[in-house]
Amino acid sequence: MNQFIKETDTVHAGEGATGSAQTDRQGQAPGVKTGADLLISLLKEAGVETIFGYPGGAVLPIYDSLYDSSIRHILTRHEQGAIHAAEGYARVTGKTGVVLVTSGPGATNLVTGIADAYMDSTPVVVMTGQVTMESIGRDAFQEADIMGITMPVTKHNYQVRDINDLPQVMADAFYIANSGRPGPVLIDLPKNITAGPATYQPLPKPAARGYKIPSAPAKEQVEAIAKLIRDAKKPLLYVGGGIISSGASDLLRQFAKQTRIPVVSTLMGLGVYPAGDEQFIGMLGMHGTYAANKAITDCDLLLAFGVRFDDRVTGKLQMFSLHSKKVHVDIDPAEIGKNVQVDVAVVANIKDTLEMLVQHDLQPDTKDWLAQLKAWDSEWPLRYHGTSDDLKPQQVVELLAKHTGGKAIVTTEVGQHQMWAALFYPFSRPRQLVTSGGLGTMGFGFPSAVGAQVAEPDKTVICVAGDASFQMNIQELQTVVEQGLPLKVAIINNRFLGMVRQWQQFFYEKRYAESRVSSPDFVKVAEAYGALGLRATNPAEAEEIITKALAHEGPVIMDFVVKEEENVFPMVPPGKGNHEMTLEWSEE
Amino acid sequence: MDIERTFSVLVNDRPGVLTRIAGLFARRGFNISSITVGTAEEEGVSRMTIVSHGDEAMAMQVLTQVGKLVDVLDVIDMSKEKIVKRELALIKVKAERSNRQEISHILDPFRVSVVDVGHSSITVQITGDVEKIDALIGLLRPYGIIEISRTGVTALLRSGTEEASDAAV
Repeated sequence: MNQFIKETDTVHAGEGATGSAQTDRQGQAPGVKTGADLLISLLKEAGVETIFGYPGGAVLPIYDSLYDSSIRHILTRHEQGAIHAAEGYARVTGKTGVVLVTSGPGATNLVTGIADAYMDSTPVVVMTGQVTMESIGRDAFQEADIMGITMPVTKHNYQVRDINDLPQVMADAFYIANSGRPGPVLIDLPKNITAGPATYQPLPKPAARGYKIPSAPAKEQVEAIAKLIRDAKKPLLYVGGGIISSGASDLLRQFAKQTRIPVVSTLMGLGVYPAGDEQFIGMLGMHGTYAANKAITDCDLLLAFGVRFDDRVTGKLQMFSLHSKKVHVDIDPAEIGKNVQVDVAVVANIKDTLEMLVQHDLQPDTKDWLAQLKAWDSEWPLRYHGTSDDLKPQQVVELLAKHTGGKAIVTTEVGQHQMWAALFYPFSRPRQLVTSGGLGTMGFGFPSAVGAQVAEPDKTVICVAGDASFQMNIQELQTVVEQGLPLKVAIINNRFLGMVRQWQQFFYEKRYAESRVSSPDFVKVAEAYGALGLRATNPAEAEEIITKALAHEGPVIMDFVVKEEENVFPMVPPGKGNHEMTLEWSEE
Repeated sequence: MDIERTFSVLVNDRPGVLTRIAGLFARRGFNISSITVGTAEEEGVSRMTIVSHGDEAMAMQVLTQVGKLVDVLDVIDMSKEKIVKRELALIKVKAERSNRQEISHILDPFRVSVVDVGHSSITVQITGDVEKIDALIGLLRPYGIIEISRTGVTALLRSGTEEASDAAV
């Protein structure tokens, strides 16, 4: 038996995980006649309130049952929109996002989103229709082997071939999706199963034999960490999305305050530790802050909590944090030692680990170390050159932060604007930033904002987008308008695929191959869909339209026409160590 | 150290489980030299024996990545354990009346069984470790081998080493 993996009965689900506890059995069996009826009844018992989906032939029986149900269905305009919306919903609530689509193209249109959820450990249950079992393997109309296609990008997947298996599959799917390291689980539903007869069965307890969740860390392991902290002079906390998944942000803050250890964060971890706090050094990695990358290079103890040493974080591995002892705590045993060898490896829930760590009296003397970090921060603070004529992308993010008091839920697309949002918006709570970190999916931000706004109807949700990314799922404007979602889109419009262009400028002699993109008139597009469209071309206008947009009750598309050819700095060029940052660029 | 590694994997006997494991090896860049699957001691559970090669880090990734699959009940690396390893091979070799006697002398020390006899060929079944089978194939090659079918290695820990292996993995 693998020593890292012990089967336990305990559920280490994320905060707000859906359980089988909420049922709406009112003492009598609901009117279940078909497999689809049973499915809907099981979904309700699993606590599902909202489904993002798109109907089609193979799921007609399910949609027919859903028609009379209390479950809210959000009709997106593309299946990719549905899965990203479900991801957004899951990311802001911690609950499992649920998707329902038809077979064949409906299912394959989800693949990018499933892969995205897998990379970013987002709990999602995806239900796909399938052709009847009799037709499977005959290249039937709208048949696709979605089981085979999604095996590498799901935590697990099921095809229900017997209606009697459905209750257990549903229970296990929801449990697996939102326990341990969360992720997507797909359930493929042949049409004859959902159309066929069924009787009511309650949602059973999860019983996936072979599914293992690490238990709490051993006392000795926690003591080993404590000893390293006592001996450290330059300790550093490197925190990531795992802390958000396990609901351990408060504990992490308490631990950091107790020990006076400074904190750097991954993109996925932003919000775990408040940006405004003096112990927060910023995001690290390819576009991390100067001080954060200096800190990771110079520290003598690296406490890697709920992170996976992603290549965008580490830079060149052979140069990564060479002077530090390393502690890695992660719930996924396969992440330990995958990229970086560590001194103390703990396969456990970070929340359990922190609960034990805060019991220790640990007060390393970090005064000089904190002073050093402060010095680095003044050496090269985050900055840009603003003027009153040109609108700078960083400035747009700063203005958004100013006018939302730094409190908005921010989703992003992928590229330069994503990095500027990460660097210039002061995230202060977990689940405040929803971004595609691992897969880097352009087209993620706008539909994920849909899911975020559905989950949090009373909060301000802003999608910071690029002009190119926004066009990848622009059709979801109709979903937004139809649902009356008041979300605001801030397009950082630089007429380029900005990040591609930046790389071409630095590494391909300014040969801007296919990176210049044109866009429709976004204001007119917004109006055509029935949303409010606004445009700004200088800082004064930007302030004006942000104020107007935030006061508007409905959806708003803000088109910020910013300066072209602005670059994201710092930048760790590919193949370089984190300390070898490019801080400015001048053409020879 | 890059060595040959034999993994024993206990899995739920469900459709697609072989694909899940073979696919995982492929996408993580681990090669498979041989793989055997059959029912294990418990109903609904199969045992796979996978032979691969790699260093310690590779073995640890195999154990943790494979162990993470929901249908995998247990996985061990038997490379450094005392194990019983066996493979079965069927070898169809040319055998004319003139040299049948000679071939039969070669077969004798290998304790094989001749499972099919034709006019100009015989089919031999041999069981043993990989080296033994390789040796017989080498000796038979000059007579003209028509077809070979090998099962791949299957393996179990030797009695009394199960606990040791629990600690070692």
